[in-house]
Amino acid sequence: MKHTTHSPVPEDRAVLIERKFVEKPLDIDKDVSWAQINKDILRSLERPRPVFWVIFFAAFALFSFAVYCEKRQYDEGMGISGLNNPQVWGLYIATFIFWIGMGHSGTLLSALLHIIHADWRKPIYRYAEAMTTFSLLTAALFVLVHMGRLWEFYYVAAYPNNRWVWPNFASPLVWDATAIGTYLTSSLLFLYTGMVPDMAICRDNAEGVRKKLYQFMSMGWQGTDRQWGNFRVGYMTLACFLMPLAVSVHSIVSTDFAVSLNPGWHITSFPPYFVLGALYSGCAVIITLFIVLRYVFRFEAYMTMPILNKLIKMTFAIAMVWNYLNLLEYCTVWYGDDVIAKQQFIDKITGIYAPVFWGMVFCSTVMPFTLLINFVRTHMPTLLVISLILNVGMWLERVQIITPTLSHSQYPWTWTSHWWPTWIQWGIVGGSFGWFIMLFMLYCKIFPSISMYEVKEMTFEQGKMLAARKAS
Amino acid sequence: MKSHILALFNHFEEAAAVIQELKSTDLPGFRMQDVVIKSPIEHPELSEMLGKRPVHIQWFTLAGVLLGPITGLTLISSAEASFLLQVRGGIPVVPLPPNLVLTYEFFILSGVLMTVLGFWIGWKLPGRRSPLYNTKVSEDKVGVLIKADKQTIPQIHEILARHKPTEIMGEAPR
Repeated sequence: MKHTTHSPVPEDRAVLIERKFVEKPLDIDKDVSWAQINKDILRSLERPRPVFWVIFFAAFALFSFAVYCEKRQYDEGMGISGLNNPQVWGLYIATFIFWIGMGHSGTLLSALLHIIHADWRKPIYRYAEAMTTFSLLTAALFVLVHMGRLWEFYYVAAYPNNRWVWPNFASPLVWDATAIGTYLTSSLLFLYTGMVPDMAICRDNAEGVRKKLYQFMSMGWQGTDRQWGNFRVGYMTLACFLMPLAVSVHSIVSTDFAVSLNPGWHITSFPPYFVLGALYSGCAVIITLFIVLRYVFRFEAYMTMPILNKLIKMTFAIAMVWNYLNLLEYCTVWYGDDVIAKQQFIDKITGIYAPVFWGMVFCSTVMPFTLLINFVRTHMPTLLVISLILNVGMWLERVQIITPTLSHSQYPWTWTSHWWPTWIQWGIVGGSFGWFIMLFMLYCKIFPSISMYEVKEMTFEQGKMLAARKAS
Repeated sequence: MKSHILALFNHFEEAAAVIQELKSTDLPGFRMQDVVIKSPIEHPELSEMLGKRPVHIQWFTLAGVLLGPITGLTLISSAEASFLLQVRGGIPVVPLPPNLVLTYEFFILSGVLMTVLGFWIGWKLPGRRSPLYNTKVSEDKVGVLIKADKQTIPQIHEILARHKPTEIMGEAPR
């Protein structure tokens, strides 16, 4: 074996390379003082722009209308919503999946970015997690709304009645109830745990009823080294649990469809397709809320353009993977041997629901490419419109999964090519958006929607990094 | 008789210098274990200077992830096994593959719940704030809280004052 010795390069042959770091814009200004961070973010709890109340009351009006629609449906029966065999789910379950999907992105992205130490998550993760919680609460409403017999809602859980007869615990819907219950509990705990140090800041600066609330929620947090040490380990552990949990929950929702034999649903790639769809719609909503909160609460110094840019790039990448899986699904059907599934697919893209399908293609497949244009990424009103279009696209995606399959299943005598939801369904679907926005805006008014201590950490780390660069 | 003293500093470096000096002194009635850092953000390097302060959350998590799947599988399987009226048509009474889904969810749920329990026990929360808490700690100051014998407090005060704190607070005489 030949051994070589490493000898230093002679001085006359050495080329001096001056290492220069490319100056990139910082995610947030490192010189902003910690006291200023507290002041700016606490101000959002007191004096938002007047548009806050416009959004809140518009949302309240939508929600009130949905309550009226639900009352009509409760009093008169499900027929008033237009649901009947075989269209038993309609917009309700499509919108349920939309909300469940939206709920995945907040916690999943927050946990993922926390694990990989992506600092740019810090100013945006709190509201993304809140979005998760309220999306799940909204989704849960649809389980109740679509059932009809509202008073028997507990049948979705494995629960013995007084004759020791169980509801159908072998149904995949029991998976749903357990998975969503687990996810809601875990997401709430993850959100609350991350908020405890900020609750102490609020407690130290509030008065009256608010002080009592924050005092209760901060549980006596003092920021001691022992508390921080436990916080670091525990919060990371929770993040590690939430990642697979988020993936499992939407996989389970997709399995509700995939384990059935209906054409258009019995597809192996459904779990990853659903998970990616959930991430995609969630990212689009995070962009929408980013723009709204930045304006309404004057968060320009913390929700900065470099952070938004990273968010957009991630959304684009996720959109492309979702598109790939979407295409994969259609190719599998097209080249497969299942004639019924193929016929159903042809009906989906050419039948009465073709506008839904092609609307989805336009909104979710074509529109993401506009994110490559610099103007779109930097012009807030345009970006807001684009993000809303992406959201609409993802909602249409859920509708085109549910409705065409139910209207064009195995048996021709069950085909219903004329079905369209009544205004009751539209009212309840619209009201769900009102309910979500109302809860979310209330949350942002009562609790800090940006994590103060993590933004401080961010400025501290940035300062340290720049000092180290300077020294090197 | 033990007493407390709290000094607030503008920077972590100043707090680190105080800890360094306290470590090198041999004051009667004072132990390094009784020094607590209070800060607006976590500073692992500074905490390390105080010595090993173990975190036990992982044991709670381990208990949770062991307990969860056993509970989940037992619940769902016993439910299936006790329902004898259902016509299974050749399908096993207790089918394992679908039950694994619920087992997995219980694994996560129990892990999360036990981790949060471990958090609260480790944090010693909910708890009362010490009388020497200063709200500036949650803003931008780094606090060094020391518990020592009453007669040693003046010497500790001297050490703290040498490092130019913005404020020193002592316990009011009872």
